[in-house]
Amino acid sequence: MAFVEPIEVARPDPDAFVRRDATGNDVLELLVKGAKCAACIKKIESNLLAMSGVADARLNLSTARLSVAWKPGAVQPHAITDALQRLGYAATAFDPGDVKRQADDEGRKLLRYLAVAGFAAMNIMMFSVPIWSGQGEMGEGTRTLLHWVSALIAIPASLYAAQPFFQSAWRALRIRRANMDVPISLAVLLTISVSVAETIQQGEHAYFDGITMLLFFLLIGRYLDHRLREQARTAARDLLALQVVTASRVDKNGNVSAVLARDIEVGDRLQLSAGAGVPVDGVIVDGASEFDCSMLTGETLPQTVKPGDRIFAGAINLTQPVLMRATARTQDSTLAELSRLIEAGEQSRATFVRLADRAAALYVPVVHTLAALTFLGWLLGPMLLRLAGFDIADVGARIALMNAVAVLIITCPCALGLAVPAVQVVATGRLFKRGVLVKSGNALERLAQVDTVVLDKTGTLTLGRPRLVGGVDASALQSAATLARTSRHPLSRALAEAAGSGPVASGAIERPGEGIEAVVDGVACRLGRRAFAAPLETDAPDGEAELWYAHGDAAPVRFAFVDSLRADAAQTIQALGARGITVELISGDRPAAVAVAARAAGIGDWSGGAAPGDKVDRITALRAQGRYPLMVGDGLNDAAALACAHASASPGTALEASQSASDIVIQGAALMPLVEAIDVARAAKARARENLQFSALYNLIAAPLAAAGFLTPLIAALAMSGSSMVVTLNALRLQIEGRSWTS
Amino acid sequence: MDIMIFLIPAAVFMGAVGLAGFFWSLRAGQYEDLEGAKHRILIDDE
Repeated sequence: MAFVEPIEVARPDPDAFVRRDATGNDVLELLVKGAKCAACIKKIESNLLAMSGVADARLNLSTARLSVAWKPGAVQPHAITDALQRLGYAATAFDPGDVKRQADDEGRKLLRYLAVAGFAAMNIMMFSVPIWSGQGEMGEGTRTLLHWVSALIAIPASLYAAQPFFQSAWRALRIRRANMDVPISLAVLLTISVSVAETIQQGEHAYFDGITMLLFFLLIGRYLDHRLREQARTAARDLLALQVVTASRVDKNGNVSAVLARDIEVGDRLQLSAGAGVPVDGVIVDGASEFDCSMLTGETLPQTVKPGDRIFAGAINLTQPVLMRATARTQDSTLAELSRLIEAGEQSRATFVRLADRAAALYVPVVHTLAALTFLGWLLGPMLLRLAGFDIADVGARIALMNAVAVLIITCPCALGLAVPAVQVVATGRLFKRGVLVKSGNALERLAQVDTVVLDKTGTLTLGRPRLVGGVDASALQSAATLARTSRHPLSRALAEAAGSGPVASGAIERPGEGIEAVVDGVACRLGRRAFAAPLETDAPDGEAELWYAHGDAAPVRFAFVDSLRADAAQTIQALGARGITVELISGDRPAAVAVAARAAGIGDWSGGAAPGDKVDRITALRAQGRYPLMVGDGLNDAAALACAHASASPGTALEASQSASDIVIQGAALMPLVEAIDVARAAKARARENLQFSALYNLIAAPLAAAGFLTPLIAALAMSGSSMVVTLNALRLQIEGRSWTS
Repeated sequence: MDIMIFLIPAAVFMGAVGLAGFFWSLRAGQYEDLEGAKHRILIDDE
């Protein structure tokens, strides 16, 4: 990660995010931090509405998003963020894009299916209870009337509400795979047809109640699953929205305007102030400065650039403002090559088969064979028994079909369909509260298998920020700090931080790539690289980042820096080891720097100077050995390795490309949530297995009963809801167990 | 049992009204901000 703390990176200019809405108003969407109660809503909304020209201000507390609309030209976007700042809320403009809308549509659709299934289930139950309780007393005419009414509700309702299952089953069948939705769809269609046939013949058993209730239960699972994934996705997008890069475009007349990175064209001239991220690949036209390229290379020390040098998207300008010319658009910048690598990596992952699908592959043929055998058995059994000398009459095709369908209904994977999603919903929900975003249930299953963790150094194991090594002369430190306080260079900042607050040298001049010079109390002082401040000194062998300080003619003083580890790095490595997981460190940084970090964190197995391709090779080699590597990294140089690892994680500060290649994203400064993620993933796998075993047991008991013809609609309804509740309760155990290591 | 001729349509009708109400609330965006809704009732509009 970058040397510069997020707060110090230039905030995106809100001007670039203003959009015109359908009513002709200008609209700005902002992410607001810290709002959590009625008073906050009122304070924010009423203060903004009080600004002249503001037409609408609405805060969504669930998503922390504020939408402000005003008449074009009436308000400066800056005034809005400033007003929020004064109220005490940090607000960042962001581009909502169209992704959000699509996802919402899916959630709303699921809610509609769920409502229809619920309505049908409740109404039909109203007609089914009299049938069950009036057994023997209710006339055949009344019963058939109630069946008909049920049919009129159940047929359209279940055909509508089962659409998610039909679509998913159809998609699976087209690629010749069977998932859980295949037996669900088949059961829905067959149950409806057989129940209608039964109703027409004024029969006793119709399963309209069972099938609508089944759909209701399954849709609850689907909706919960969707909502949690949506929550994780939104949170991940918010993290990215916070690091969206805007740029200051300079036109021919020298006017500067704010633009979004994706609107930059090749040849545009862009002004990069100190602290600004480089939005696209380009060439420096004017000015010299230092760039933090740690996201691209893993190298912790900044690079010096001058006119004519190439710079790449993802780097951060540290010291002096420069003018650059764009040589590529965002989608063609360094990232494009990378996304090809990511795609190739993800394909190698596609061979992973989910637990539920593995169960389905076993379950579908067994159940369907059993149903077919039941049908044939009831149809042909009596005939065979007669041949053997028994005196038995035929039962007819209708009874045979009824019993076969009963098998399909009772084994319909209500519990099985809920078994895995219920566990994953609870697990991802729990991790979400701990700041770990899990992108999919699939990711959770892969995480549970992990036996090797490959860590990146800069920004992953470390904070990506240098810290002064102790044991320096205090007076030299104070004296050097007066110069250091004038600079944004990461080493200067580390030095100033170590010295605490104090005076600032006036008239200091910063020379990019060299250092700072100033005259303090009539003495010429220099702080910077060895060649600049202390040309007579020899190179230090330890490979640490260094600054030299020369105060007049006195002997130069050397300050050494190391990149500080995350506070819980060593604890995390130990915890991983205790779980039987091997840990490796692989970094693009200088071997000497990597060795220091590896020693401090307690990692024995490390390598430095690794190119992005080397990381991919290492991951591929581990996979070839039959291991399941988890790659943890944040930079562009990690993205390809993240994509081809068995599972992958990145911190919330990681670049967009890395986050999108990762299965899980960890927010905050701690590494320990990674261990909890693995723990929860393993526990989730155990719960999912138990649920599948329970479902198997349930089917072992229920299926023979159904095949033998003992099943009634009442028993089917009880068995289905009972088994669904058991698996859901078992999944909820994840919520409470294994929390001992925290707090 | 003639009463069923009234009771069944009445029951289905009431259910349908509930369903229509849910659809309306869904379309009106009442599920967009479940967190904010519970706080907004506390805000006084003068």
